Amino acid sequence: MSVTPSNQNIVPFVKKENILAALDRGVRIDGRKLNEYRKLSITLGYAKKAEGSALVKLGDTTVLAGVKLEEEEPFPDTPNQGNLVVNVELLPLAYETFEPGPPDENAIELARVVDRSLRDSKAVDLSKLVIIPGKKIWTAWVDVYVLNYDGNILDACTLASVAALYNTKLPKIEVEGENVRIIREEKTDIIPINYPVVTVTAAKIGNHIIVDPNIDEESIADVKLSISYTRDGRIVGMQKNFSGSLALQDVDMMENISRSAAQYLFEELKKYLNL
Amino acid sequence: MMQVQKPRLILENGLRTDGRRPDEMRPIKIELGVLKNADGSAIFEMGNTKVLAAVYGPKEMHPRHLALPDRASLRVRYHMTPFSTDERKNPAPSRREIELSKVIREALESTVLTELFPRTVIDVFMEVLQADAGTRLVSLMAASMALADAGIPLRDLIAGVAVGKADGIIVLDLNEPEDMWGEADMPVAMLPSLGQVALLQLNGDMTPEEFRKGLELAQKGINIIYNLQKDALRKKYAEYKEE
Amino acid sequence: MVENSGSKIFYQDRSIVTPGDLIAEGEFQVPWSPYFYKIGNKYYSAITGLLSVKEGNIFEVIPLEGQRYYPRIGDTVIGLIEDIEIYGWVVDIKSFYSAYLPASSLLGRAIAPGEDLRRFLNIGDYILAKVEAYDRTINPVLTVKGKGLGRISSGVIVEISPAKVPRVIGKNKSMLEVLTSETGCDIQVAQNGRILVKCANSLSEETAISAINIIQSESHIKGLTERIRAYLREKLGGSKNDASAEAKTNT
Repeated sequence: MSVTPSNQNIVPFVKKENILAALDRGVRIDGRKLNEYRKLSITLGYAKKAEGSALVKLGDTTVLAGVKLEEEEPFPDTPNQGNLVVNVELLPLAYETFEPGPPDENAIELARVVDRSLRDSKAVDLSKLVIIPGKKIWTAWVDVYVLNYDGNILDACTLASVAALYNTKLPKIEVEGENVRIIREEKTDIIPINYPVVTVTAAKIGNHIIVDPNIDEESIADVKLSISYTRDGRIVGMQKNFSGSLALQDVDMMENISRSAAQYLFEELKKYLNL
Repeated sequence: MMQVQKPRLILENGLRTDGRRPDEMRPIKIELGVLKNADGSAIFEMGNTKVLAAVYGPKEMHPRHLALPDRASLRVRYHMTPFSTDERKNPAPSRREIELSKVIREALESTVLTELFPRTVIDVFMEVLQADAGTRLVSLMAASMALADAGIPLRDLIAGVAVGKADGIIVLDLNEPEDMWGEADMPVAMLPSLGQVALLQLNGDMTPEEFRKGLELAQKGINIIYNLQKDALRKKYAEYKEE
Repeated sequence: MVENSGSKIFYQDRSIVTPGDLIAEGEFQVPWSPYFYKIGNKYYSAITGLLSVKEGNIFEVIPLEGQRYYPRIGDTVIGLIEDIEIYGWVVDIKSFYSAYLPASSLLGRAIAPGEDLRRFLNIGDYILAKVEAYDRTINPVLTVKGKGLGRISSGVIVEISPAKVPRVIGKNKSMLEVLTSETGCDIQVAQNGRILVKCANSLSEETAISAINIIQSESHIKGLTERIRAYLREKLGGSKNDASAEAKTNT
């Protein structure tokens, strides 16, 4: 059951006016252009016990993704594929009104959207996660923990998941006929992801379309549209959010704006990952 | 993957498996104010154990009927991230996490001046980012530093360390093999300036003499940690002069 | 250290003290404060703060950290309306408790039955108010009766730690004077860590806001007032009245 959320972040009236006035002038109150991302930084290998991990800061939105590999039996209908599971938690550390407890509808939606981007783009190569075909495979658990919420968690979660997967090296396997020995302490150079995917979130405030909304912009936006892309411009995921609606020409405009913004994110990723 | 036989914990030369002497602690690192939204936050590391703590409050407690009329309530959550351990930990709260949340809450309640804030709640959240033995104490210390970072009045900072028995030797600041295979594991936390014990548990088998020796060794470690904690708080204000 | 017939203060003036530090022992006539506590005749610090020791045996612990405001009767605060009730508004003043503004304080009369308070103040409005009443058993009560108090209709609100408010004002208002004279902005500093900034143009506004943020992060370093003055001059030119000075935008 889903219930209309109560007002978690009251945006003061004068602040809302300032945001709108700035947008009319073509800027945001933090000085960004309408299609500009906040400062992005990625720290790979931040969580040392994870098989791969990445700490992502998008402005003040801070997200930590960790990958754990577990040996399991494959699903009967996909004997030659490993598994990917994405889990997102909105920690109570991240915002005053986030309550502890199992993932709520927001956390679950985030996880499923990130999962679809990775899966439908085929960026995550499930065939690389096979140990013994039909018998043993890896499940790649991607746990994304939101540590500080300042708007646009989705884009940060996708970046963190992709970076963490790039940081994950599969352990060495020695196969002798039927027997397989997994040597966790030794890593191969094989990573479970073939190419990067990014998600770009655009929000509509009044007549303006902005990219990478911060917490106040998100709180006053009527509607958000998130689109996932591969580097060659293929669209591999979409999700509209919030209770407002979009005219068809808005959708067209947002897709154009997001596709260019995606290129910026790929350029940034190149600084950190071996692409 | 599990060793069936207990490995040697104290080696020929009297050193432990990670090269430490029995009375030596792992390196400690403290960072304050690491999260923007929280009123106070800290990252506390001891060796490879790393915990992030955040504090919100004191703020009005809702529902009102749960609030205490004469002091603040504490809501404390100890939680391990799934990627903090060698095998993935299921994110749902385990019985261990529930017990440790209670033990840590009670330790914090011995130091927070809750009577200053009737009808409020102080939220304390700890996430273990890397687990390598001693997580409950590192979490408690991270929480104590986060409370200080938030400016919430405390009787004292809390410093703690686990002592134990490994191959018959009393050791300070257990590492993972000693935690798993040792004969005793005794976490101790204190309010050092006041000489008060805020947390004390024992898991294992010790004689009364060994217990006292362990407690004495713990105090030595605690005093060292306490000074590091004070330095971390003061560091920000190395030179403060008003005009 | 100050000694006086068995009473001893263990730290010098302007020392940094942390929770649990034994500040003093003996008999002292010091007003109650949440920042230190007493066991018998021993005084311990409860927070990270600056110890101020004045002649005789007067000491005070001045907080250096803290995101929430300790309400005091008579303080000027900037509040944010967060809820509307029948006879007044619930106001967020960045404290441990929400505050209450009775409708009669704004209207100057009792409200009429069925009167919609949203006509006067709505959720999301900022108000400049004073703390009229507060004790351990009640939430703070505000009043807007007074010159300049009431709804804030324009400007930018900057949030700072309430512990830093004295620094933004400065000794004898010295820092506040530098801020207002160099930027030409109207700046009102409320005790609860909210600052109302109203400027003629966006450059002055951005510069005033970054100056306030610098004060926040460097509050403990010597010579801050002069550095802020220099920073503002560099960004805005010497005199706010000089039109050509606005054209100078240095990096």
